Amino acid sequence: MDVVLFLIFAIIAVVCAINVVVQTHPISSAISLIGVMGSLAVLYLLLGAEFVAAAQVIVYAGAVMVLFVFVIMLLNAGRETVRGRSFMVQLLGVPLLIAFLGLLAWIAGQFYKPGTGVHFGGFTGGSPIAIGRALFTTYLLPFEITSILVLIAIVGAVVLGRKEMD
Amino acid sequence: MSEVPVSWFLTLSAVLFALGVAGFLFRRNIITVFMSIELMLNAVNLTFVTFSYQLKQVSGHLFTFFVMVVAAAEAAVGLAIILTVFKNRATLNIDEMNSMKD
Amino acid sequence: MNAFIVISLIKVAIVFAVLMTTLAYLQWVERKVIAHIQVRPGPYRVGPHGLLQPLADVIKLVTKEDLIPSYVNKPLYLAAPFLAITMALLSISVIPFGPTIEVAGYKTWMQLTDLNIGVLFVLAVSSIGVYGIAFAGWASNNKYALLGGLRSSAQMISYELPLTIAIAAPLLISNTLDLRTLVGTQAGGIWHWNLIRGGQIVSFIVFLIAAFAETNRVPFDLPEAENELVAGFHTEYSSMKFAAFFMAEYANMITVSAMATLLFLGGWEAPWDAKYGSGWVPTAIFALAGFVALYHGINPPRKRDRLTFPAFGVVFLGIAALFQIPMLQEWILPLFWFAAKTGAILFAFIWVRGTLPRFRYDQLMGFAWKFLLPVAMLNLVATALGVAWLA
Repeated sequence: MDVVLFLIFAIIAVVCAINVVVQTHPISSAISLIGVMGSLAVLYLLLGAEFVAAAQVIVYAGAVMVLFVFVIMLLNAGRETVRGRSFMVQLLGVPLLIAFLGLLAWIAGQFYKPGTGVHFGGFTGGSPIAIGRALFTTYLLPFEITSILVLIAIVGAVVLGRKEMD
Repeated sequence: MSEVPVSWFLTLSAVLFALGVAGFLFRRNIITVFMSIELMLNAVNLTFVTFSYQLKQVSGHLFTFFVMVVAAAEAAVGLAIILTVFKNRATLNIDEMNSMKD
Repeated sequence: MNAFIVISLIKVAIVFAVLMTTLAYLQWVERKVIAHIQVRPGPYRVGPHGLLQPLADVIKLVTKEDLIPSYVNKPLYLAAPFLAITMALLSISVIPFGPTIEVAGYKTWMQLTDLNIGVLFVLAVSSIGVYGIAFAGWASNNKYALLGGLRSSAQMISYELPLTIAIAAPLLISNTLDLRTLVGTQAGGIWHWNLIRGGQIVSFIVFLIAAFAETNRVPFDLPEAENELVAGFHTEYSSMKFAAFFMAEYANMITVSAMATLLFLGGWEAPWDAKYGSGWVPTAIFALAGFVALYHGINPPRKRDRLTFPAFGVVFLGIAALFQIPMLQEWILPLFWFAAKTGAILFAFIWVRGTLPRFRYDQLMGFAWKFLLPVAMLNLVATALGVAWLA
């Protein structure tokens, strides 16, 4: 049952990721990227990371991607034009990519052959209590630094987006 | 066999990362390049959570959390820069943003 | 395992049927209440007191011509209302309506699924609901619809921040994200509710204001008002897809009212203990309604009401008697309190719609970022200090 779920959502993730790279109009790429993030959220649930899955949907798919979709809709730049590609690139591109991916997959498989099996309920330490405890005791310094980082990003974005007063 | 081997998750993460790199190198629309960067960050998040499962620690989840925060901040500033560049050049093609080249 | 699946399917069927009926009749209630605020009768002719008006509306919407303009982006055009209504209905699946009950030997909760991150699930699903509106505006290929869709989405994501921070304050007091446990920590009467004992009045008000904006209701409904921007993001939609957007809006209203009840008003717990007679309150209310209907049925203003008023009177008295059967009491009383509290908040939504004018868009955004967000953050800090000091 867990294997079936993993395969379904992994295939959805890979198909949507290929779509992100292949589509010409940026809005189709954005929708496919939302699909990737949604299927990754389900895979995080399989790995027992319930808080990270909820944060992925709320922050990544629900806020960052809305920002991307807004900018694409506001700029409305249209489809990307496909210029002529050389014949050699078209012939060798996809087979080389598949060979590269196969090599990576084989390496990953070699190092982790007798590994732990992943099933629902195998790891229960991903609850919000555990994350909160670790966040405010062991990882307090990165927490404070990222909050200042977000403040800098907010100020930077507001300054960059301001209309110039002439 | 109702357990998924950990190596499958790592393979999926590697595949997503490679697709992100391919999009980053081959696409010419700057927003699509940005989205390929987000795809790479997502692949790395999956790796962190997978190893957190294998080592039975929660630190991987926290790293994922910080990566998400940094990605959000980077997306905000990057998109603001893209808006400014578009206002000045009326194009989103990165091949045409080469006025600082010699 | 088998029994679990069968019981879950039965619960899904019951919740879906009740929810669809409630959505239809919520529209009737809204039209009647706004009409009475404006000193006019409202829907009056279709059925007794307009009670069959939702049926007439459904028939009208279903039989209207389902127009798909030729210049729209077809996949997104068809997917947008589907996304909106799916996300609106999905968030109802974690709302608990009552305690654990035992039916024919099986113990089950009055809830479709009990997630331990229930609050985060509702927030996540409402974040995805923003896409339904953004894609509706984009797919319509119409500059007014696009602007309306973008304004509406920007408003929804701006008000998600004060909403989330206002939710965090009672969570500090209740110490759980699970919606069923949240109600459990507020057990014991009105003194224990998060609104009173936790002192969360400020976050309750911030939550309600942010909820008005999240569901695109007056006074924040500029992006979809009929006399602004043609009709906003649903300009190019007709018949069933238009109905889907409106069902999604009412379902969102029900979800945020249910969340307010669970977080601040103690869910399905009665305001005072059952041994002091809180079991008699629903009987008293329905009996009063029944007697009033019977009294007015004696000399009614219209001739046809000579039949309908006494009929309603008898129905209300029957429901009042139903609340006294001991076998049904253990699940019908909590359900009554939950419905009463959620209904009171929905009445507040409708009341505000009939009373207030709408905000201009820049006033609306300024209100969110410059007033509501700082107030919510200060409230969170004050609550955290209070919890730390009292612990």
